[in-house]
Amino acid sequence: MEKEYAIQMEDITVAYRDKPVLWDIDLKVPPGVLMAIVGPNGAGKTTLIKAILDLIDPAAGDIEIFGKPYAKQRSMVGYVPQRNSVDWDFPTTVLDVVMMGRYGELGWFKRPGKRERDLAVNALKKVGMQDYINRQISQLSGGQQQRVFLARALVQEADIYLMDEPFQGVDAITETAIVKIMQELRKSGKTVIVVHHDLQTVSEYFDWVMLLNVRRIASGPVEEVFTEENLRLAYGGKVAFLTTHSHQEEATT
Amino acid sequence: MDIFTDYTLRTVALGTSVLGILSGALGTFAVLRRQSLLGDAISHAALPGIAIAYILTRSKSTIILILGAAIAGWVATLFIIAIVRNTRIKEDAALGTVLSVFFGFGLVLLTFIQRQPDASQAGLDKFLFGQAATLLQRDVVSMAILAIIVLIILTLFWKEFKLLSFDPSFGKSMGFPIHRLEILLTALIVIAIVLGLQTVGVVLMSAMIVAPAAAARQWTDKLSIMVILSGLFGAFAGVGGALMSSNVTKVPTGPAIVLVISAVVIASLLFASKRGLLWSYMRERRNRKQIQLDAVLSDLYILAVQHDSIEHGHQIQVLRSMSTGHGGVDGSLSVLESRGLARQLDDGKWALTSRGFDLAREMTDQRGGV
Repeated sequence: MEKEYAIQMEDITVAYRDKPVLWDIDLKVPPGVLMAIVGPNGAGKTTLIKAILDLIDPAAGDIEIFGKPYAKQRSMVGYVPQRNSVDWDFPTTVLDVVMMGRYGELGWFKRPGKRERDLAVNALKKVGMQDYINRQISQLSGGQQQRVFLARALVQEADIYLMDEPFQGVDAITETAIVKIMQELRKSGKTVIVVHHDLQTVSEYFDWVMLLNVRRIASGPVEEVFTEENLRLAYGGKVAFLTTHSHQEEATT
Repeated sequence: MDIFTDYTLRTVALGTSVLGILSGALGTFAVLRRQSLLGDAISHAALPGIAIAYILTRSKSTIILILGAAIAGWVATLFIIAIVRNTRIKEDAALGTVLSVFFGFGLVLLTFIQRQPDASQAGLDKFLFGQAATLLQRDVVSMAILAIIVLIILTLFWKEFKLLSFDPSFGKSMGFPIHRLEILLTALIVIAIVLGLQTVGVVLMSAMIVAPAAAARQWTDKLSIMVILSGLFGAFAGVGGALMSSNVTKVPTGPAIVLVISAVVIASLLFASKRGLLWSYMRERRNRKQIQLDAVLSDLYILAVQHDSIEHGHQIQVLRSMSTGHGGVDGSLSVLESRGLARQLDDGKWALTSRGFDLAREMTDQRGGV
């Protein structure tokens, strides 16, 4: 039997009107990796995540989650959208937002109860937000918003987590908290896929990486794939500064 | 006149309050989903539906005309969705276009109907600004039944509608048919609007969707309370407007209701406990005073440290020149004095008390030095 991948996509092409956003992407993500998706702005990173989640229809190609289409594997996938994709002035509390992560399991018409509440409180403890349970979401800082979204994904109790730029504009405490949780998830055998912007921290945080710029430039273990050559292919000439900089940092530490 | 004994008035008040509850509750979702304009488009677009229903059937039965309105409103919504999906026109432009095209067409049809030499056409123009006095008891009964059905659906799908309003793509990723939920919610809003056409009219019905919700948002941070409050505001405006228009002859109900709900909105914007302008002004003032107070205290502390003594007095001018930018030195000094943190010496100069010195040192340490 063929080895079962957490995510396997073939020939995925997504176009916005006549402009291709993703072109002929093949990708195999083995289970249990902590993978960064990196690439320049407009490379299609968010689109790739959304294609996996069936939020957009690809023009061509197939995606399988543990060998089956997403529609059958929904409950295995947890999602952390970009923080600024929602209106944080919505009249609701932190606990309420986190419990939304249980709605899929609850199904139609059923309201969240004690079990959902307990799971949510637990997840909020994990992200260090236990003091904010009944706080209005409009009163949260950017980092706190991000941790609430992370907690909401944790209560999904998924096997694969897709996170869209969780480090975007967050404070140091939040970044540390998120990294810790990502690594805990990986240790317990989960697969974590993160759209990431900061090339400096890729080697430190992740063990798997995909370089993307409309096409898949490369994907695999960080030490094999995260090379200057691949980075140059993904980013063009602009990346020289970044990589030499990170080498220097490695040399000094 | 008495609302409990006057039959017509009682009917009208019941009808408008049912309408207010319904449009207020559903309007909450329209407002939170930033679709306030949709209500406007749907209600304006209903006009040609009313006219066509009349031309086809020659009947002025409320049910038939309202059905025409609902169909036209629905068709308009489909147009808007199709335009946004298939062209590069953005939603606001699509709404504006559909609204004016439908409404313009409706006015043309209305004029056409009125020109006809047939006496039975009179009265269709009540749908422009609404005429609550034409509500009959059986209208109110059917409104109430529809309202109850809509509210039951709203309660059943509460969690789903909340998800749809807050984070639709997350909802979709969990497998909820977000698009169909959206259609359902829009259909409920269409029902609320169409029910209001007879009493409020196509021109101002959108106010009944938007205004109660906007007012309710000022008072609460909880979705369920917001829905209830919005419904109550809507009912209040409905009854108030109906009373107003029944007491002042020839005033259409729509504008009267809008006047009442506008007053509620203005009062909420000003006086609501958390978001109200008045409270935030007062809160800001209090904060500014506190900051001025802290600044003067720390200025006195700096001077005391420089002179190595708290016995040494300082002229008020010195403090004023130190505090360019925050001001309010005189007022702050007297507050500090009344709290026993600063004292005025016999020569009119100012110095810290030992308690004030300790407090200022504590504050400075917390901030990490002078």
